[in-house]
Amino acid sequence: MSGKKIATPILSILAFLAIWEFIVWINGWPNYVMASPSDLPEAYIRYWQLFLIDSWQTLWRTVAGLALSILFGTFLGMIMGFSRSARDALYPLLVGFNAIPKATVVPVLALLFIGQHDFNTVLMAFLISFFPIAVSVGIGLSTLEPEYRDILGALGASKFTIFRKIALPKTLPEFFGALKVSVTLAFIGTNLVEIISPHGKGLGALFLSGQTNGDYPLMFAVLIALAALGIVLYYAVVLLEKIFAGWAERQPG
Amino acid sequence: MDTLIDIRGVSHAYQTRHGPLPVLDGLDITVPQGEFCAVVGPSGCGKSTLTRLVAGLMKPDQGEVWLHGEKVTSPRKTVGMAFQNPVMLEWRSILENVILPLEIVAPAMSKAEKYARAEHLLEMVGLKGFETKRPSELSGGMRQRASLCRAIVHKPDVLIMDEPFGALDNFTREDLWQTMRDLRSNEPFTAVLITHDLRESVFLGDQVVVLSGRPARTQYLLEVDLPADRGIDILYEPKAVDMLHVLRDQIRIAQGRDGEAHA
Repeated sequence: MSGKKIATPILSILAFLAIWEFIVWINGWPNYVMASPSDLPEAYIRYWQLFLIDSWQTLWRTVAGLALSILFGTFLGMIMGFSRSARDALYPLLVGFNAIPKATVVPVLALLFIGQHDFNTVLMAFLISFFPIAVSVGIGLSTLEPEYRDILGALGASKFTIFRKIALPKTLPEFFGALKVSVTLAFIGTNLVEIISPHGKGLGALFLSGQTNGDYPLMFAVLIALAALGIVLYYAVVLLEKIFAGWAERQPG
Repeated sequence: MDTLIDIRGVSHAYQTRHGPLPVLDGLDITVPQGEFCAVVGPSGCGKSTLTRLVAGLMKPDQGEVWLHGEKVTSPRKTVGMAFQNPVMLEWRSILENVILPLEIVAPAMSKAEKYARAEHLLEMVGLKGFETKRPSELSGGMRQRASLCRAIVHKPDVLIMDEPFGALDNFTREDLWQTMRDLRSNEPFTAVLITHDLRESVFLGDQVVVLSGRPARTQYLLEVDLPADRGIDILYEPKAVDMLHVLRDQIRIAQGRDGEAHA
């Protein structure tokens, strides 16, 4: 059973690579038009140190931004979940902010905090990824059925106790659902800064150097490395979800 | 016997966009200690408002609610509540769901004592062996049984139930009526049961209060003088059938359909 659970995704990834290789081969594309999977190992072998260093740069800044998102998003969600007027006041602001293409924010941040590359990158990862968390925590809390409040409220329990014992755990499945979206968003945020505001750090920088040097297999290798990092982070969230909100998963059938 | 619940001239209105909407109008209900009061009435006549008032979750515009000779102004630890929705916390086992009120009411109590009390109640309602199960693994009737255990685990003076059996099928409902009857003989509490089901009110109640249509006042009071250890069959005996007819007529009046009676 668990063997099959691991084998199925691995097979699908291999199939994807095979189809990719086949399409490049049948069209006879040279690698400066479209690299094929067989071009990639060479790039990884040649630049393995850079890949390790830059992956780490991208990873820690993404995770730091995501951590900020969780703190701030949960806090904002709590405010919106408990107060109707806060919800009415904050929603248009949040939606408006979320609608701004984040690529346009990068130069603004770069001017605001000149030279603070790590800070800028973490900030962008945060700015792009807190919205889903805030909204889903807010909705989770505001849609709590009144009976859930009443079973403890009728005993004189404080608002905080009701939040801690009932509202918070009940919102966890929504929270993790949002976190899965935020993980990939935070990655996009980190790479936006690395590519649009180059400062020689992260996988985005490696991508840029591939572009500058016309090393197309390197560019593709970076893309695949990004995908791999994304998958790793995503499944880290899935693991946390299983630990803290595994109860929400129903056995099929 | 002492009066435990005393509802005196309670009126209440909700503020809506179209002005105040009165739901209760000079309601009087008196429940002696240990008695079971069933409240029936047409839909939307303010029965749920009544439960929130007795629980101290709301204050009435006029009138007073007294429990145990004390005026109710806020929630109190001696109240237990059960709703149509069993309100199970899915992340807790059945046993841990049942001990929830003890965590609020008796924080000093040891975990072992809490578990022992909950296990005792679960056994009484026929849920022995399900303690470690998740609520999602139980049927609706079983969840409602667990919900009843949770409502009385802290030995409340007053058990307030808002249509707890309303979402169950008929046979499960009758099973739960009998469970309720057995619980009463083992656990002393005074109960207020809001229900739509006249048979339920006669089977479980010592008194049945019929509320009028909105705004609700006490329209009729029926004393149910059936033996305490009654079985379901008693509902088919002439005495109970007569009571059901009387209640049915009263509901018709409450609905404002007196003219079409027996049509």
